[in-house]
Amino acid sequence: MTDTTTDPVYVTDALIAEDIDAYLDQHQHKTMLRFITCGSVDDGKSTLIGRLLYDSKMIFEDQLDALHADSKKVGTQGQEIDFALLVDGLAAEREQGITIDVAYRFFGTEKRKFIVADCPGHEQYTRNMFTGASTADLAVILIDARKGVLVQTRRHSYLCHLIGIRNIVLAVNKMDLVDYSQEVFDKIVADYAEFAESIGIESFVALPISGFKGDNITTISENTPWYQAPQYYGRTLVDHLETVELDTTFARAKPFRMPVQWVNRPNLYFRGFSGLIATGSIKVGDAVRVLPSGKTSTVAKIAVADNKAHLPAISDTDITTEKYLELVSGKDEAVAGESVTICFADEVDCSRGDVISIADTPPQVADQFEATVVWMNDEPLHVGRAYWLKLGTQMVSATIQHAPKYAVNVNTMEHVAVKTLELNAIGVVTITTDKPIVFEPYAENHTLGGLILIDKMTNSTVGAGMLSFSLRRAQNVHWQALDISREAHAGLKNQKPAVLWFTGLSGSGKSTIANLVEKKLHRMNRHTFLLDGDNVRHGLNKDLGFTEADRIENIRRVGEVAKLMADAGLIVITAFISPFRADREMVRSMLPSAEFFEVFIDTPLAVAEERDVKGLYKKARSGELKNFTGIDSPYEAPINPEVRIDTTGMTPDQAATLIVDTLLGDA
Amino acid sequence: MTTSSRQLTHLERLEAEAIHIIREVVSEAEKPVMLYSVGKDSAVMLHLARKAFYPSPPPFPLLHVDTTWKFREMYKLRDRMAQESGMDLLVYHNPEAAEKGINPFDHGALHTDMWKTEGLKQALDKYGFDAAFGGARRDEEKSRAKERIFSFRTASHGWDPKNQRPELWNLYNARKNKGESIRVFPISNWTELDVWQYIHLNDIPIVPLYFAAERPTVERDGMLLMVDDERFPLKPGEVPVMRSIRFRTLGCYPLTGAVESAAKTLPEVIQETLLTTTSERQGRAIDKDAGGAGMEVKKQQGYF
Repeated sequence: MTDTTTDPVYVTDALIAEDIDAYLDQHQHKTMLRFITCGSVDDGKSTLIGRLLYDSKMIFEDQLDALHADSKKVGTQGQEIDFALLVDGLAAEREQGITIDVAYRFFGTEKRKFIVADCPGHEQYTRNMFTGASTADLAVILIDARKGVLVQTRRHSYLCHLIGIRNIVLAVNKMDLVDYSQEVFDKIVADYAEFAESIGIESFVALPISGFKGDNITTISENTPWYQAPQYYGRTLVDHLETVELDTTFARAKPFRMPVQWVNRPNLYFRGFSGLIATGSIKVGDAVRVLPSGKTSTVAKIAVADNKAHLPAISDTDITTEKYLELVSGKDEAVAGESVTICFADEVDCSRGDVISIADTPPQVADQFEATVVWMNDEPLHVGRAYWLKLGTQMVSATIQHAPKYAVNVNTMEHVAVKTLELNAIGVVTITTDKPIVFEPYAENHTLGGLILIDKMTNSTVGAGMLSFSLRRAQNVHWQALDISREAHAGLKNQKPAVLWFTGLSGSGKSTIANLVEKKLHRMNRHTFLLDGDNVRHGLNKDLGFTEADRIENIRRVGEVAKLMADAGLIVITAFISPFRADREMVRSMLPSAEFFEVFIDTPLAVAEERDVKGLYKKARSGELKNFTGIDSPYEAPINPEVRIDTTGMTPDQAATLIVDTLLGDA
Repeated sequence: MTTSSRQLTHLERLEAEAIHIIREVVSEAEKPVMLYSVGKDSAVMLHLARKAFYPSPPPFPLLHVDTTWKFREMYKLRDRMAQESGMDLLVYHNPEAAEKGINPFDHGALHTDMWKTEGLKQALDKYGFDAAFGGARRDEEKSRAKERIFSFRTASHGWDPKNQRPELWNLYNARKNKGESIRVFPISNWTELDVWQYIHLNDIPIVPLYFAAERPTVERDGMLLMVDDERFPLKPGEVPVMRSIRFRTLGCYPLTGAVESAAKTLPEVIQETLLTTTSERQGRAIDKDAGGAGMEVKKQQGYF
């Protein structure tokens, strides 16, 4: 424990003069804490930051001279030093109409270096506060003891909690102006506790302080003898900042993940994957998995330059990978927060955007998510427009296809219905990406769950988001990387795999023609498989009904099965009504473009209804059968199918021949 | 001690952050370059670049926008470090400034403007660099406290303070339109003490002028200037005096003030730095131009 009767600042100072080597050794072993201060100038925020800088001697003499002069000239504290002037760039900016920004300040004590994000607190600066909070381990929420918990206190606390700051300090400031009253303090803490619980803040630390007088900032105040901090917390603000657990400690306890930034290939003997370790730790010899491919290998080397950073000199003429790796400096183990370069024992494909994970607990891969988004641009969110989405080192195209589920009123935490998100708005949306990305829920992993949205025209960062969960179920299964490729499967069968996707109204003739196509192909020694709508619904999809959502899921499952069979080298024939264009396009996007054949069995509704082989149209017309395609549920005809069969103009056999010719002609 | 049993120190985290930033730029920019001014911040930047790509040499060149008025010892170290790192060194002289004989003695502010500000723009245009690493830090002065790590410049190199991008987490948006460029500051979050300590820990070579030695000096306008070569015009009756001096920052020798010092080792320099309470950039004449807003104005014009 620090001897709290001695001002730590002056201890440090003395050490610089007496034993610089000891001081440097101490500085060298400091850890780093980043925090944000929330509150307005009225709460004494600038004064508090100014005091922290002043007390840790982060103010130089010339700055101090200016401070003394300014304090007399424009200060609000009479002849005393107005600490607020030290950090007060922002007020002037407001007058000039320049963007009010996050300013970063630095100070240090014996134990830690601190980076303070100083952000404006008004509602119109929500995006600035959010930016400052994104890198913070801790938030100091300032309250004016005379005013208590205000609307802005709630807003700041909500934002800090939303972005995942786990350490909240409630600094009840200006205690000198309420005669250091315990009642006042207790009342504020009780009010805040009630609110904090309501938004899910699990714990916070409350401190009675005076930024102006210095009570409980670096030394325990004699004015608040009634204040009893819990044993395990610091008793002053600085003491607390020095001892609170860092986010990197938290991140290290998670499974290993590292987004790959850059492939390092200086020569034939070295191939390493560079990145900043997001979570966990890794040792030489650990089994790892590359996502999204799912390929596995083991760690052969963790390359890290030594302090000289001299490149390995190749003197040996018969250099090999093994010999070269020995020349490269490295370490046995690396942890979250370190930038390293990892080499695998096997030749495994891996490039920028991939994520290297510990082999047995890999992250998820998905392409549709629920996310909370903070809008940061003057131009509102355009629903349906494609934006660039950056997450870790992955950059994909993404859209928010529907109006937000709701937006949050940041002052009352109420959910409000909205059509879009305006500047500073926070809302819950569904994000769809054009290809699957490797992710984890934001609460688990800020690196793999935090994203930015970029306008494709202006390249501005327009939004920031936090992924909650994936919306497509089957995506929780990890890809099992296979040694026998789909080419090998198809090669053995001496054919090119394909999916013949029949679509058309009930009774249009899909099953009849599909059967004929399969017979013809079979006779030609082609390996085929027919997936029929009715049959699948008796087995794989027997849990699904005929609502729109179930129909989409039905097609998605059939699409996935067809894809697996095509991967196995088969020619797959499917016969499903598949009424929605978007679903058919979804299946098309699962397959290589040359392998998907959309076969439109074009039979007019009247003709199909007249045939009514299964008597279904009659039931639908009578209302006995709901959601029947063509009657009370739409059929979206293909716009540009690979094959179109007009069943009113040809026999089923002629149709089958045309389809087979198209397939093999292209194949 | 292995890292598994202890916390990463602040310097380890700052180093990892800087390396991450440098790698992001190399991955996303088309033609990056590292500005190299041979000062202590440049020394740290170069070292970080070498560590970031080890065992490859950094995949970009160093660019020195020279004024021809740097200290001789700076040129010496510059050439040595370029060779040692295996990187290409590009030295650019603004031809117009050279032709007009622009110099710090006769032209004052115009010297910095033409050689450095204009020279930098010309060099970036000439080579078509779309991303340039610089060693600026947020603790240097007030206007830099809110500077982004990725700072966007228009096709004419202008800096529009209203049009900078929010930077969340460690996600940097490096996308830009044709003609636009980015200045990137990987050591934004370092303090002067961090820079010194990192040099100390890694034993990074720096210009000997940072250490005290007997050097020929004259005193002008309260600044101690070193007479580094015969181009220094002495006033009538002015005689260089040998003093034990060192420099806290390095630039053009006629514009860079020295401090009297006995600090001959790095720990002594650090000790002196910590105990001296004059902020770092005070030794440079540049900030005194245009009052307190000097740096802000310079930046909008395209100075780093």
